[in-house]
Amino acid sequence: MADSQLRRTLLFVPGNMPSMLQNVPLFKCDSVIIDLEDAVNHAEKDAARNLVRRFLENWKDRNKEVLVRINPLYTKWGRDDLKAILPERPDAIRFPMCETPELALELDAELAAYERANGLEVGHFGILPSIETVKSVLNAYAIATSTKRIFGLAFGAEDYTASMGVARTNSGEDLIHPRMMIVMAAKAAGIQAIDSVFSDVNDMEALKKETELVKRIGYTGKCLVNPRQIDVIHEAFAPKREEIDYALEVVEAIKQARQMGTGVISLKGKMVDAPIVKRAVNTLRVAFAQGLVATPIDEEILNG
Amino acid sequence: MEIIKKGVAGTMQSSDLMVFVEPADTLRLEIESTVIKQFGHLIRAKADEVLAKNGVTAGFIRLTDRGALDYAIEARIETALQRASAA
Repeated sequence: MADSQLRRTLLFVPGNMPSMLQNVPLFKCDSVIIDLEDAVNHAEKDAARNLVRRFLENWKDRNKEVLVRINPLYTKWGRDDLKAILPERPDAIRFPMCETPELALELDAELAAYERANGLEVGHFGILPSIETVKSVLNAYAIATSTKRIFGLAFGAEDYTASMGVARTNSGEDLIHPRMMIVMAAKAAGIQAIDSVFSDVNDMEALKKETELVKRIGYTGKCLVNPRQIDVIHEAFAPKREEIDYALEVVEAIKQARQMGTGVISLKGKMVDAPIVKRAVNTLRVAFAQGLVATPIDEEILNG
Repeated sequence: MEIIKKGVAGTMQSSDLMVFVEPADTLRLEIESTVIKQFGHLIRAKADEVLAKNGVTAGFIRLTDRGALDYAIEARIETALQRASAA
């Protein structure tokens, strides 16, 4: 499910906390991930499932993408989570501890069975697997390409560092390798790369730096745990004015080139050809989604 | 649904409620709420509706509400009932 949906911010909300859940419609994030897994005590799994189900049933005018993080299917809760949640039509399942393509396919089969039984198009529900152990990092590309439902890979740094037996730092050097492996796997599969949460909600400067870093290496979104982090992340992912201006110049230049019957042209002494145009179109697509340019880019320009 | 033992669900956080259920010969509903004056009748109506929907005809049901919305009232009553009716 390669799509161009904007997913800069995916906010985790604990599934058993009404005070947070009922504010979900007000948060300005692109997506929300309602959590039945780590944020819920074992003894309260049944309560959270009922609460999330009733919350979704009553939230009629959804104004953002809705994911539910279920418990892994190898736990005693995973299938009950699906049974309770799927009738309320979340957009996708955030799938924790997805270490192998076989696990992704197991969820794929569960979703397909539900879709067939309920007259939905097969593929209706998306999957966002968590890549959060060493094993899942090594299997990232195989997982990314295992089913068309998967629209992104979501790095989970907390569990990853635990599986490596190292401490997580705010500076992030402990995460360089898995971040690169995951973004490469996602790009090769043509899907989105979504970065891990940044847990220190008091260090906005470090959050900004980390978001800028992951943007530079190809991530297009980030999970978060506190709504206060939304603006910082949006700002970091927003194309800068000079990037937008340059992208607009590139598009103009390539239009001129095409009129002259060529696919390459010089702009301020630098060569502009197909890959440069593709990057410019990406920039303008994001800029438009964020209201930074007034008109959508005509993507036909890519096919010139 | 038959209440065969005590069951509790919910928390004392704001926007939540706690539901206590236990077996009894008749159906009795008691509500305590921070917003009882303004919303007591609506909480009672919602609770009655959920109890009827779950086929509960006997039991002592007690709600301690902290300003919960309808969806939370329904979910917490459901959970308490499921816990109280499970073998």
